[in-house]
Amino acid sequence: MAKERRGIEISLAIAEAVGQADCDVIAAYPITPQTHIVEHLSEMVADGHLDAEFVPVESEHSAMSVCCGAAAVGARTFTSTSSQGLALMAEIFFIASAMRLPVVMALANRSLSAPLSIWNDHTDTMMVRDGGWIHVFVENGQEAYDHVFWAFRVAEDPAVRLPVAINIDGFILTHVIEPIEFEDNELIKRYIPEYRMEKPLHPDNPVSMGCFAMPEMYTEAQMAREKALVGSYATCIKGWEEWAALTGRRYHPIETYRAEDAEYCIVTMGSLGETAMAAVDELREEGEKVGVIKIRLWRPFPFEDFYRAADGKDALVVLDRAISFGGPGGPVALEVRSAMYRRPHAPVVVNYVAGLASRDVRVEDFKAIILGGKAKAAAGDTAGFTLYGVRE
Amino acid sequence: MAKPMEEIRWQDLEIGAVVSEPGCSREYKTGSWRSMRPVVDKDQCIRCGVCWLYCPDAAIDRSEEGHFQADLDYCKGCGICARECPVGCITMVIEEG
Repeated sequence: MAKERRGIEISLAIAEAVGQADCDVIAAYPITPQTHIVEHLSEMVADGHLDAEFVPVESEHSAMSVCCGAAAVGARTFTSTSSQGLALMAEIFFIASAMRLPVVMALANRSLSAPLSIWNDHTDTMMVRDGGWIHVFVENGQEAYDHVFWAFRVAEDPAVRLPVAINIDGFILTHVIEPIEFEDNELIKRYIPEYRMEKPLHPDNPVSMGCFAMPEMYTEAQMAREKALVGSYATCIKGWEEWAALTGRRYHPIETYRAEDAEYCIVTMGSLGETAMAAVDELREEGEKVGVIKIRLWRPFPFEDFYRAADGKDALVVLDRAISFGGPGGPVALEVRSAMYRRPHAPVVVNYVAGLASRDVRVEDFKAIILGGKAKAAAGDTAGFTLYGVRE
Repeated sequence: MAKPMEEIRWQDLEIGAVVSEPGCSREYKTGSWRSMRPVVDKDQCIRCGVCWLYCPDAAIDRSEEGHFQADLDYCKGCGICARECPVGCITMVIEEG
């Protein structure tokens, strides 16, 4: 069967993908810019196109609670949220991963209040960075569509059994219409067969989930979480390899663009990576030996892949879309600085924060950040971060 | 629990720290927290069951004669039963030793 290529809003494509994945339970509360995803899913269920339980909860706290309950009995479970919704969900967010419940979430990244903003940056996802979930970032609609299936594939693997957040830049991606290649349901079924959970919550075989732990046990429970998340890396790779074999579309935990012979690189995460590539093309024309390193897998952080991309560079200019207030820089730069610390000939790391609440980061902005970062690296001006474009 | 907690390694935990023998909190005798013990005067007790209703730990049982008595393996000695008893037949007594 020939592949169908459709012009479609990315949010709707994500919802269609959840339908194709034959999701059993969806619990979500609408919040901008995630709304179209769950709106479309509720339509699909109401119109009988998707045989799933759609639970229109009264809050995000309840949404994640319902998801935990559904995942505990072995249902294929999906939710979606943004910003304040994620904040309200935070308590149960951490519990989902601790209880190893393979919930899949489309996280339409949006700024946290205050001031109130509905626009896009990464402040919401950074709030739950340490929540024990697998975090993946996508750059465009096709990647968003593909990663819905990948997320279920990885989350439900008996070797993983962890929730997965697909980070999708709000508006920049969620509200954009893009041509997306749809896969047929047969292929999807082969990639993610019906989910069979080992030892689900069931009256025939009673177990207790989410128990209290004394100090004698809490440390061991945390170690088990850490090992599970780090160990999920292999399945993340396997999931991408299998997807590539079926569709021809190949993904990697760290992706690079014109980076091999580059003397220095801009490091991005999320949809701005595409603008960064355009900026690098222009700078290459101007003789700059610069490339792009893009972080797709944020948790578990793919250290070895990052080393392969970054080792031997003179400098890394890291673009963050969130601030760690009072800390030494944005969260991605902190990660990169730690990762590269004491690597042989470690590159100098310079950090810019830009694109807060969807303030445009255009090709010329990227060029200014890249060249500014290069100059800072050469001057040894590497402390803290620069908030690009701030009026002062 | 088969093993004492101090001997369980992280590898021994079930996925998601699931407890596969539910109800094992029964083995955890919270009565050791108690500093005050409820003592029931059976002559005054009208067997109404108010103490049983109020006990926040469900640690009060009914005897064959219909009296209510705290299960000292689990009673934490909070004294709610003594406070709520309508005839005042429960006295909180300091635990010695």
